[in-house]
Amino acid sequence: MSSVLRIILQRLGLGVLTLFIVSIVIFIAVNLLPGDFAQLILGQGATPEAVEAIRKDLGLDQGLVPRYFQWLGGVLVGDLGNSFAQANFASFAGTNTATTATTVAAQIAPRFANTMFLAGVTAAIAVPFSLILGILAALYRNSVFDRVANVFTLSSISSPEFFLAYILILFLAVMNPLLPSLSNIYDGMAFGERLTRTLLPALTLTLAVTAQMMRMTRAAIINLLASPYIEMARLKGLSPMRVIVTHALPNALAPIITVIALNLAYLITGVVVVEVVFVYPGIGQLFVDSVKIRDIPVVQACCLIFAAAYILLNLTADVLSILSNPRLRHPK
Amino acid sequence: MTLLYIALAIVACVGLGWVFRLVGQQLTGNAPYFRDMGLGSAFGFALGAVVLLWVVVTYYRGMTAEGQDANKYFFFLVAVHGLVAFSVLAYFFRILGTQIGSEGSKKLFRNMPLTASFGIVIIMAYAFVSLFAGQISVTTIVIVGVIGLVLAEIVRAGGDDDAAKGIGVAFGVAIAIMVVMYFVGPLAPYGQEEVLAKANVVPGGNPAMGGDPEFPLGTDQIGRDILSRLIYGAQNTVGIAFATTVLSFLIGGSLGLLAATLGGWLDQVVSRAVDVLMAIPALIFALLLMTIASAWAGSEKWLLTVFMVIIIAVIDSTRVFRLSRAVGLNIVVMDYIEAAKLRGEGLAYLIFREILPNATAPLLAEFGLRFCFVFLTIASLSFLGVGIQPPLADWGTMVKDLAQFINFAAFAPQVAAAPLLAAGAIALLTVAVNFVVDWMLHKSSGLKE
Repeated sequence: MSSVLRIILQRLGLGVLTLFIVSIVIFIAVNLLPGDFAQLILGQGATPEAVEAIRKDLGLDQGLVPRYFQWLGGVLVGDLGNSFAQANFASFAGTNTATTATTVAAQIAPRFANTMFLAGVTAAIAVPFSLILGILAALYRNSVFDRVANVFTLSSISSPEFFLAYILILFLAVMNPLLPSLSNIYDGMAFGERLTRTLLPALTLTLAVTAQMMRMTRAAIINLLASPYIEMARLKGLSPMRVIVTHALPNALAPIITVIALNLAYLITGVVVVEVVFVYPGIGQLFVDSVKIRDIPVVQACCLIFAAAYILLNLTADVLSILSNPRLRHPK
Repeated sequence: MTLLYIALAIVACVGLGWVFRLVGQQLTGNAPYFRDMGLGSAFGFALGAVVLLWVVVTYYRGMTAEGQDANKYFFFLVAVHGLVAFSVLAYFFRILGTQIGSEGSKKLFRNMPLTASFGIVIIMAYAFVSLFAGQISVTTIVIVGVIGLVLAEIVRAGGDDDAAKGIGVAFGVAIAIMVVMYFVGPLAPYGQEEVLAKANVVPGGNPAMGGDPEFPLGTDQIGRDILSRLIYGAQNTVGIAFATTVLSFLIGGSLGLLAATLGGWLDQVVSRAVDVLMAIPALIFALLLMTIASAWAGSEKWLLTVFMVIIIAVIDSTRVFRLSRAVGLNIVVMDYIEAAKLRGEGLAYLIFREILPNATAPLLAEFGLRFCFVFLTIASLSFLGVGIQPPLADWGTMVKDLAQFINFAAFAPQVAAAPLLAAGAIALLTVAVNFVVDWMLHKSSGLKE
């Protein structure tokens, strides 16, 4: 058991290291901006004095390395800096009104919760759906059902998210008004109402991630069907469904779990476009808005959060595949 | 309420399946096929039959409905007609392929699934539209002709007469099409930036519905012809995505093969750098870098597009690097590479004459997949407003600009057609490429189960 623990700790350490390097990459990328933040905020008509004042306010007069560690230290204690859009620089305005300034953390926190809710609803629909579809496709392999499911999922995975989203809006919100086409969620909303408004974006994301999970489930099960122990189970006279669910599926779990975790990681990217389509108040929408107005601290923070979630899910996939595979658990 | 109906429908289908199986058993005298049929399969048959019946009934009602009622069936009818038309086209294309061409290509077409044939037809149509969206110039024709001549001569000098003849025929056909298209003129009726007198013309070309026969797909909010912009969009979106994929293969492929051949510190450095870049989700990283690029580009819109091509090519080349390195590593250990090294061949010879020819098949399949990915990333960026910049016509931007018309589809379905056509054009191409790649992978992997 100790060797498993060591491998997992090793992976965790690697994950933290990757995250650290990624934070450096993001920081350097942001510092590639022409001029610096101060000029960016004030625009072209800035006086040198104002630029100097803001530079001092933001600590831009220090070198790159101290600033990086200052930023990193802030991130570690949950302080992501001030958003430019809501920035209220004391020295620039002349009076100190810092109490009204919004921090990036305060802006991100509620939206992060919303995004997690959307991802959670999507996962709750997509994972069982694609597992069942995959098992059925393996059971009725090479039948009409298998081919139709194959073409359907391949088409849905290769369409852009916004196409799927608008098709769903057209059929489920406009032509047949079953679900709301805008997901304007606010605090203190009843859970049922919230769920109804999240359903359409969640369905869109489900269509986008189902294909790979379903195909992996099918392939992993079919791979095992030639094994002698499956032959044995068949010869015992078990029903095909039972052979697949109780004999083949447990051994096919490792690749399936990995692909589920990877697809949840993919959700993080997909969520950006879908949130914009449905005006869902999540972190992805905030990210895109900040990119458009070049609100650097918010972009930086969102990027870090997305990367962290991505790395975490990949790490989970790694650890789970080790745990579910005895050959990896006891490496020679 | 809706859930109740769905549950009832499922129960009804199970019942129907049970009856179907029972009737089958009775009529065929308990034939093994019906005797061993599970209830699940029976349910599947019943469900399929019900869905088919629903499609036929809805189609019939759509064809016979009048006035406001017909609106509800508009998109359904378009979808059915489109699907049937493309399937028929793909079917005849496959028949054509089995009749014309060399023995090898005929065999290829005979074993081709309908989806792959469909994909090839679509890809050819897109290539045609994107090449001839605008007026083709004489210079282009001459350049293509010269390239063809040079290529054929190089191959002939290499001693392969058959291949040279093939290249000659291919370029000859291409030039013949180009000359015809030179006299036919541009496919797009108007320019992509041309602002016409009428704005907000409804698609359909029916004056009673607010359309105009001169603009079959209508005009947008500032009076640009949507059909022309769709056609030019093929040139811009597909062309830029293609250029980006080629660039990313040049970067990733050459670095990957170099890393595989040389190994050592170069391999280590590049591989670790790629690991870090791949730890950030591609679209997120692209958006971050586009923020910075937009600050550098300032008001130079075309510069931003160039930056976008470079950024996406670099991000995407990390994936290409992984694959080409893996493929290269498998080839480098072969005996003939060892023999070439002992002959004292240089690095360029090793990579271009020994490794590259053996890595072509997996890299080609990967090219299709990467193209889809790049194409979707660019479309997403444009949809979010930071990709291909106006005045260039582009499908992602068109979807973003026209999207609000979808909300009026209940009253006049035609107005929603424009944004859906742009989004559908993106989807259709990626689906087509995926079908072809899927078939190629299936064929090369030799999976039969």
